[in-house]
Amino acid sequence: MRTVLLLLTAVVLASLPLFAGTFYINLASQILIAAIFALSLNLLVGYAGLTSLGHASFLGFAAYASAWASTNLGLGFAPAALLSITTTTLMAACFGLIALRATGLGFLMITLALSQVLWGLAYRWASLTNGDNGLTLAGRPAPFGIALDGAGAYYWFTLAVFAAAFTLMAVFVSSAFGSALKGTRDQPRRMAALGYNVWLIRWITFVYAGFWGGVAGLLYVYYHRYIHPTSLSITTSAEGLLGVIAGGSGTLGGPVIGAGLLVLLKNYASAYIERWNMLLGFVFLFIVLVIPEGIVPGVRRLLSRKGSGKP
Amino acid sequence: MTAPALEIVHLVKHFGGIPATQDVSLKIMPGERRLIIGPNGAGKTTLFNQITGDFRPTSGKILLFGQDVTRLTPHARAHLGLSRTYQIITLFPQDSVAHNVVLGLMGLKGARWNMFRPLGFYAELHAEARHMLDRVGLGALAEARVGEIAYGQKRRLEIAMALAQKPRLLLLDEPLAGLSSEERATIKQLIAAIPRDTTVIMIEHDMDTALDLAETVTLLHYGRVLVDGPRDAVIADPKTREVYLGH
Repeated sequence: MRTVLLLLTAVVLASLPLFAGTFYINLASQILIAAIFALSLNLLVGYAGLTSLGHASFLGFAAYASAWASTNLGLGFAPAALLSITTTTLMAACFGLIALRATGLGFLMITLALSQVLWGLAYRWASLTNGDNGLTLAGRPAPFGIALDGAGAYYWFTLAVFAAAFTLMAVFVSSAFGSALKGTRDQPRRMAALGYNVWLIRWITFVYAGFWGGVAGLLYVYYHRYIHPTSLSITTSAEGLLGVIAGGSGTLGGPVIGAGLLVLLKNYASAYIERWNMLLGFVFLFIVLVIPEGIVPGVRRLLSRKGSGKP
Repeated sequence: MTAPALEIVHLVKHFGGIPATQDVSLKIMPGERRLIIGPNGAGKTTLFNQITGDFRPTSGKILLFGQDVTRLTPHARAHLGLSRTYQIITLFPQDSVAHNVVLGLMGLKGARWNMFRPLGFYAELHAEARHMLDRVGLGALAEARVGEIAYGQKRRLEIAMALAQKPRLLLLDEPLAGLSSEERATIKQLIAAIPRDTTVIMIEHDMDTALDLAETVTLLHYGRVLVDGPRDAVIADPKTREVYLGH
């Protein structure tokens, strides 16, 4: 049943550009990008028990770094991407050193503060970032000579990266290390007594999450061919967090579903309802009241209750 | 002469202005069974927390097997062969009984850093965990969720997790707390069967059971060592009668 469902999803996802219009293909690309972002944030929120409100740092920084390297250094897409991901990961390593001095609310505030610093720099350091005007990319990359300018081609590219990201993060959380990580979330003191270096486990996870946040940033800037300081703002971080929590933190499907819901509400419902933010509010109110654990675990619970419940 | 399993030298710990450990010095030899007793608030668990590294002492030294560990982190001490159980049960309630033991086993193994191999693939770890669970009589519950097993079984799992690490020094913090007399007898057997290459230090209030297991006894009172020595001598001491055993 589960394998059939997964296979069906894979077929639908892979063949989407064959039957869907450009608008929907682009919408799907945006969902996949948001999903990678939410999945990477979920490593921290769901599996490490560290709620970050500054994950946009990695998305925004990677996007800016590659756009800047392309336009100002004249680098090709591949070296620019490599430079961008490397510096983003290094930045995550430094941010982790600072943020992991605390857990809980302290951790949340430090990650928020660090991302606000970047957001401020993106606005004010205009000689580097072009300030409020943002940076524009000349075009999309063409890996192995395949142009990604069309909606379908870019969707397939995004889908391939998403598949790799999802698989690698799934392996990560079910690995021996991932089990240790979940242990540090549930009983950090016991884990230390058992011989686990709790701080190092958290730091490695922080850096890994930053890396995938950077990958999402690259896809983001290629998709829009443009990057603006808003991408580094608290709104971007909060949307990612909302996606994780709405979909179900600590699950693999949850962040994907949550990110999808968010992108749909933002881009699709807003075409029909002017006050789409209000709709978003109602949707979250519904989730919090009916399935507080998130859509994926919540629906699973409701289904199992129906299956084994009263006649 | 071999180094003591644990040596504590002039240990002092203050919480704010309140002294919790006052000039405690102890020497516990390899293979020894030591019981630590004292009224509530005597600083027994605080002493344990300093031995494991959860608390930094205000002054003094702690040596494990002759090595000064006063500044070492808890996880580094675990790798030197130190293991503990908790007075308040500290398990992973969402996970299976076997998974809890596997986490204990993995803590000292290089596997814990592997990010690419699923935990399920470590057959030898799971087999070892099963073996350990059989030893403590929890074999049939291996796949049960810890949140759903009985309190007494959780106590046994606490000990199983610690024993699975084959510690050289094991700290048991009230392993009998809250148990029925039947369950107490089971745990007593379990502790009595711990091999002699493991040194055991135990905090316990249940004198009937604990005294049988102990060879030496330390009486703490207001953070100080009041009486210390062979079991019978400590029990016979009038000071023990006065502050602890009652009238």
